[in-house]
Amino acid sequence: MARKTTPAKTAVVTIAAWTIGFLIFFPILWIIILSFKTEGDAIKSPLQVLTSGWTLHSYAEVQTRSNYALHFWNSVILSLGSTVLALVIAIPAAWAMAFVPGKRTKDLLMWMLSTKMMPAVGVLVPMYLLFRDFGLLDSRIGLVVVLTLINLPIVIWMLYTYFKEIPGEILEAARMDGAGLKSEILYVLTPMAVPGIASTLLLNIILAWNEAFWTLQLTTKNAAPLTQFIASYSSPEGLFYAKLSAASTMAIAPILILGWFSQKQLVRGLTFGAVK
Amino acid sequence: MGQISLSSVTKTFGDVTVIPPLDLQINDGEFVVFVGPSGCGKSTLLRLIAGLEDISSGQIMIDGKDATDAAPAERRLAMVFQSYALYPHMSVRKNIAFPLKMAKIPQAEQDKKVENAARILNLTNYLDRRPGQLSGGQRQRVAIGRAIVREPAAFLFDEPLSNLDASLRVTMRQEISELHQSLKTTMIYVTHDQVEAMTMADKIVVLNAGNIEQVGSPLELYHHPRNLFVAGFIGSPKMNFVTGAEAARHGCATLGVRPEHLEVTADGPWQGVIGLAEHLGSDTFLKVQVEGVGDLTVRVAGEQGLHHGQTIRLTPPADKLYRFDKGGLAIGGAA
Repeated sequence: MARKTTPAKTAVVTIAAWTIGFLIFFPILWIIILSFKTEGDAIKSPLQVLTSGWTLHSYAEVQTRSNYALHFWNSVILSLGSTVLALVIAIPAAWAMAFVPGKRTKDLLMWMLSTKMMPAVGVLVPMYLLFRDFGLLDSRIGLVVVLTLINLPIVIWMLYTYFKEIPGEILEAARMDGAGLKSEILYVLTPMAVPGIASTLLLNIILAWNEAFWTLQLTTKNAAPLTQFIASYSSPEGLFYAKLSAASTMAIAPILILGWFSQKQLVRGLTFGAVK
Repeated sequence: MGQISLSSVTKTFGDVTVIPPLDLQINDGEFVVFVGPSGCGKSTLLRLIAGLEDISSGQIMIDGKDATDAAPAERRLAMVFQSYALYPHMSVRKNIAFPLKMAKIPQAEQDKKVENAARILNLTNYLDRRPGQLSGGQRQRVAIGRAIVREPAAFLFDEPLSNLDASLRVTMRQEISELHQSLKTTMIYVTHDQVEAMTMADKIVVLNAGNIEQVGSPLELYHHPRNLFVAGFIGSPKMNFVTGAEAARHGCATLGVRPEHLEVTADGPWQGVIGLAEHLGSDTFLKVQVEGVGDLTVRVAGEQGLHHGQTIRLTPPADKLYRFDKGGLAIGGAA
C-alpha cells in the first residue's frame, strides 16, 4: 500500500531539500557575488557585501594580470588528454577483466583501487625527481601522464562495472560472425557501452579539471591549468578576495556548465545497471 | 560442405571433467540434434565445436581440415544463440550484414545478400528496425538471418527456441526444418526438448554427463534404445519401468513398456486403479496403480470415459516390451 502524502508533508520535504541544496551551493554563490565587488567591499561584513555596488573591475584586473586563455587552454588539454588516454588504456583492460577474468582479477581490481587510498603527497618527492630528470616539469605531456595514472583505477572500475552488464553471448556472436578482437571491441562492445563510457568520460574530465595537487606541484607557468591560475591570487602579501573570486568563477564556470548540461547523462551512467 | 568429426575430444574445467573422451562423426547436410537433460554437456560440446571454448585434448576436423586450434571466426560455422545475441545498437539490416562486413564483402553484394535473407525469413519490412522493436520470433529470425548470409559450412543452434512461447516454438521448429530442407547445410541443434529432437533430427545424439549414450535416427532410438537412460529420455510420456518380480518373470532386471503401447482390455493380466486421468481430447493420460507392478502411465487414444478411482485391466504388448539387464543395458533390443 502506498503511503499517504499530504501537501504539508510535501512542503516540508521540499523546503528541507531546497535548504540543504542552498547550503551546499552557498560557498560557490558567495564566490560569484564577491567576484563582482571591489577589493574594499569584498572584505566587509556579509550584509555590507550584499548592499555594496556591483562592478566588473576584478574581472578586468584578472585579465590584465594573468593569461586566462593560456590556463584555460591548458586545463582543456590536460583534462581531455588524460581522459582520452585513460579510456584508450582502460577499455581493453576492463574488457579483459569483465569477459576473460582470471583467478586474480578481483585482487587486481582491489589493488588498483588501493592506489587511490595512498596520500598523493607520499610520492611527491620521487615524482618530482622523476619529472625533473626526465625534463617534464611544467610540461603538459608530463601532467597528462600523471592525471591519466591517478584516474585510471576509477576509469577501469567504472568501465568494468558497465561491461559486466553486457551479455557475453553478444560478444561471442561477434566472434562467430568473424570479428577479431579489435572489431569486437570497436563495433560491438564500445557502441553498446556508450552510456557507460560517456559518463566515465564526463566524470574523468571533471576530476582532471579539478585536480589541484599535482597540477600545482608540477607546473609553474607554461603548463599551468586553471587551478594554478586561482592559486596565484593567494599571495604571501595577503588574499585578494575579489580577484581570487573572479579567478575562481572563471575557472569553475566551464566545468560547471559542462556538468549542468551533462547531468542527465552522468546520473544515467552512474546508475547504469543498478536499475536494470 | 559441412563435415565435422570429433576424435577423443575432452573438456575439463579445473578438476571437473565435463566431457570425457568423445568421438562423433557428423556428415555433410545432416541435421544432428544433441539432446539430454540440463547439465549433460550438450551446450559445452556445441561451444567446443564452435571454438568458443578450447578443448582440453583431442581433435576437431571440419571438412577434413584440423580446426582444433582455429579461432571461432576461422571455422566457417554460424551460431544461433538461445538469447538471440543480436547487436542491440544496430538495425536489423546491419545485424544481418555484420558477418559480411567482417568478411569485407563489397557493399552492393552485402545489400543483395541481406535482402535475400530477409525475403526468405519474412523480415523485409523490419530491416530498418532495432532488435528491441521486434517480437521474440522476429528476433530469432534475425539471428537465423545473420547466420545464413555467411553461407557457413554448418549451423550451430544452441537451444534457439526455449525463449519462445509454445505455439511460436512449433512454428519456428517447422521453419528451421524447412530451412534445412532448402539449404541442405549441416545443422547441429542443441535442445533439452526431446520432442524437438524427434521432429527435427536426421540423427540424434543423446548425451548424459558428457557421455554419448546413443547415436541414431529418431525412430531407431525410439524402437531400439540402447539403455535405460535413452529409453527413459526418448518418448513422451516417459517409458514405464517395472522392476522386481514382474521384471524377473520376463527374464530381466527392468522391464520397459511405453504408455502408448499399453492396452486397456477386459481381461488383461495387470489390474489397477486409476489415480489420475488427464483428458486432452485427442488422448487421455492415465496414472494407474497396478498391483504387483507399480505405478504406470497409460496413454489411450481419444476419450473413453475413464476416470479417477476406476479399476481397469491392462495388457502389456508382448512384442513391444523392452528388457534391460542389471547394468541398464538393453537385452537384445525390443523383445
